Amino acid sequence: MQEIATPKPPRVNYLNAEYGLKSWLLTKDHKRIALLYLGAISFFFFIGSLYAMAIRLELLTPQGDLMQSSTYNKTFTQHGIIMVFFFLIPSIPATLGNFLIPMMIGAKDLAFPRINLLSWYIYMLGGIITIYALLAGGVDTGWTFYVPYSTTFSNSYVIATGVGIFINGFSSILTGLNFIVTVHTMRAPGMTWFRLPLFVWSHYATALIMILGTPVIAITILLVAFERIAHIGIFDPAIGGDPVLFQHLFWFYSHPAVYIMVLPAMGVVSELIANFSRKNVFGYKFVAFSSLAIAVFGFLVWGHHMFVASQSVYAGMIFSFLSFAVAIPSAIKVFNWTATLYKGSISYDTPMLYGLGFIGLFTIGGLTGMFLASIATDVHLSDTYFIVAHFHYIMVGGALLAYLGGLHYWWPKISGRMYPEGWGRFSALVVFVGFNLTFSPQFVLGYMGMPRRYHTYPADLVSWQVLHVLSTAGASILGVGLMIPLIYLLWSMRYGRIADANPWGLPGLEWQTSSPPPTENFLTTPVVTTDAYEFASPEHKSVVGRFERQTPVEI
Amino acid sequence: MQSSFPIVPESASTFSGDVDALYFYISGITIFFTTLIGLVIIFFAIRYRRRNAYEIPRPIEGSTKLETLWSVIPFLIALSFFVWGTKVYFEQYRPPKNALEIYVVGKQWMWKFQHPTGQREINELHIPVGRKIKLIMTTEDVIHDLFVPAFRTKVDVVPGKYTMEWFEATKPGRYHFFCAEYCGMNHSGMGGWVEVMEPKDFDNWLSGNLSQVSPATAGRGMFESLGCVSCHGANAEGGRGPALLGVYGSNVVLSGGQTVTADEAYIRESIINPQAKIVNGFGPIMPSFQGQVSEEQLLQLVAYVKSLSTAKPETRTAKPPGLGPAQSANPVGSPK
Repeated sequence: MQEIATPKPPRVNYLNAEYGLKSWLLTKDHKRIALLYLGAISFFFFIGSLYAMAIRLELLTPQGDLMQSSTYNKTFTQHGIIMVFFFLIPSIPATLGNFLIPMMIGAKDLAFPRINLLSWYIYMLGGIITIYALLAGGVDTGWTFYVPYSTTFSNSYVIATGVGIFINGFSSILTGLNFIVTVHTMRAPGMTWFRLPLFVWSHYATALIMILGTPVIAITILLVAFERIAHIGIFDPAIGGDPVLFQHLFWFYSHPAVYIMVLPAMGVVSELIANFSRKNVFGYKFVAFSSLAIAVFGFLVWGHHMFVASQSVYAGMIFSFLSFAVAIPSAIKVFNWTATLYKGSISYDTPMLYGLGFIGLFTIGGLTGMFLASIATDVHLSDTYFIVAHFHYIMVGGALLAYLGGLHYWWPKISGRMYPEGWGRFSALVVFVGFNLTFSPQFVLGYMGMPRRYHTYPADLVSWQVLHVLSTAGASILGVGLMIPLIYLLWSMRYGRIADANPWGLPGLEWQTSSPPPTENFLTTPVVTTDAYEFASPEHKSVVGRFERQTPVEI
Repeated sequence: MQSSFPIVPESASTFSGDVDALYFYISGITIFFTTLIGLVIIFFAIRYRRRNAYEIPRPIEGSTKLETLWSVIPFLIALSFFVWGTKVYFEQYRPPKNALEIYVVGKQWMWKFQHPTGQREINELHIPVGRKIKLIMTTEDVIHDLFVPAFRTKVDVVPGKYTMEWFEATKPGRYHFFCAEYCGMNHSGMGGWVEVMEPKDFDNWLSGNLSQVSPATAGRGMFESLGCVSCHGANAEGGRGPALLGVYGSNVVLSGGQTVTADEAYIRESIINPQAKIVNGFGPIMPSFQGQVSEEQLLQLVAYVKSLSTAKPETRTAKPPGLGPAQSANPVGSPK
């Protein structure tokens, strides 16, 4: 019994198999590539957060006293571009997805290891070009690049930024392609589709969107560049174009892109909720298929961004209806996660705190989307702070919380070390409080009529400034809450307690190999005989030792 | 009455109450479900907390009955949002008849308004209370959006197009309006005030700005100076080009056999891009006036053509469009 309980970590693992910069920059190991991504997106997240702090500081007072309008416009534009294209879209798929999908399905690597490395280089190239554009003078079009402002009127670095995003898109496409082929062809013996962890299902759905959606934004950016350089008349009405066409093309990708951000987060949360309550996910198939439903419906709702953009009323009506329809699969997930907790054995480790926080914040984010799918309320709310609050509840309250939860959860596997549990729980609480204080006042501000992307606001509206001050106070707390994990995770890489192979005592395949895993993930190919999240199958019962968990470390 | 710390903007139009009612309904549902799910999670987290390190709970597969329940109920609730939201929107959208038509041109970074009687305003809009106001809007440069929070309405202003926004103010006062579509450097400065006045105050305000020329009259002047008269006739009675008398609002048969309704957009297009739609029986001989007329001048030309549908054919100068009988008796709008 003891022999299988905790396999002794082999001396050679993926981190120490090879040394030197070259061994990292030329690696084909999905785990190392995931770490390359982790470093890069953390950098971009840091840059994006600095812009966010600048925005919040400026809005403390109604006057524009911190920076000039043109600087402010660049600040929010670059905050959006960095966070959306260089943090949120790659965040979970390129790090956790990259690291875990092969391990979860019992494979040695992704189907195309070289393409995987290539996708990181493409991402970096796109990132460097974008950073160049920011340093050279920045871009002020908003991350949405609406024409004709971006094509004719803006004299900022639109094309350089566009090139950065265009190139970056290919990294997304290649990652998606890799995931799809891997899930189809590399599953271990016995790993049937309905035994896949829900993390894999949600990444599969995400990959479909990446492949089908990203080319459209690439084409759109190209058209903007052509129009800007050669005035070919796609979008400019003076030469026969249509500015609203740009919005159709842009949102055809950018709405599904929201699901690129949130579907992987949903996958992480399914893992967290099931594993930390030691229960199989309630309604596994409903949760799995709801991911696919979201991926498909997500392509049919772009017009709800354009209810006031001179779109036909009947088109608006149809998009409104479809937008309500896409909410249902998300609701199904929330109910199933909640039901999973029923009669479980729930622990309050840091990842679970993030997971439970996600459900609450995602529920608010999703339900406030109802105000925007309903046309009459959207007419009043569109382009106000209500929108800003809503999508931050989805992207920060949803995607970022799930990312942090997942990072903590798999940290022992990734680094071979435990993070300090007490600090982990503390920072999860700080993030939750800071986040809500930042963004809940913005719902009220939005209904009051405060437009987004405003450098200044009227001083005669007292409640506006009060709400902005609350929001900035919350952002400061959130900033502290995010600094704490950065510090202790870096600290734990060297000083954290050595992690067992299976510190949480879980049945997932990724936990059945050493921490950190060897380069080939598994020394022998695993054979799968049970469903995902089977804690109490007869064979597992015979090895109760497997469910012993490492006692949390306190510092 | 506004409280000292309002969380809802002032309600000052005929549909702001409808929008608020829907907002409070969705808010109620949102708060109810968030609280419900929050409480259930907290309850489960405490009730089913891990009591010893070795406990393995019994697996539960799921329940199709429950799945159906929590798919159908949210769907029905969402359907109620959809139906209500669409209904209110359709009422908001449908342009009213005999509204006071005001022309709006947005440009970086100001709003220009022109009343049918000729008064021009920048970043201020005076309107009478209790009267339907229809804004016919376009822009000289990028996309803007005219947003009046107190009226719960906004519409984008799109280059190359006319968009329409209407409202009826219910109480006098000064209300903020904003540009809600990001438009460049001074976006947050592109706003102003809607001044809603009692009708008699509004009439006084109008007559205090007597020296103005109505858009239709100005359009008539351009009709001559641009040489439109040479084909459309000195009184727009037609010639080598189609007659324009009574065209606005009518159905026009095109050379391909299709029919279009001659609205503002059609008139605008026929000036800017005359080859797009050729009236049946005429040759494609009209040159484009793109670049020769500004958006404001275009609106004046449109106003002139519109006036030809309300004016008697023999009058040389046109009456301003969109005025009710009370105003048309008012000498303010009549030229000379």
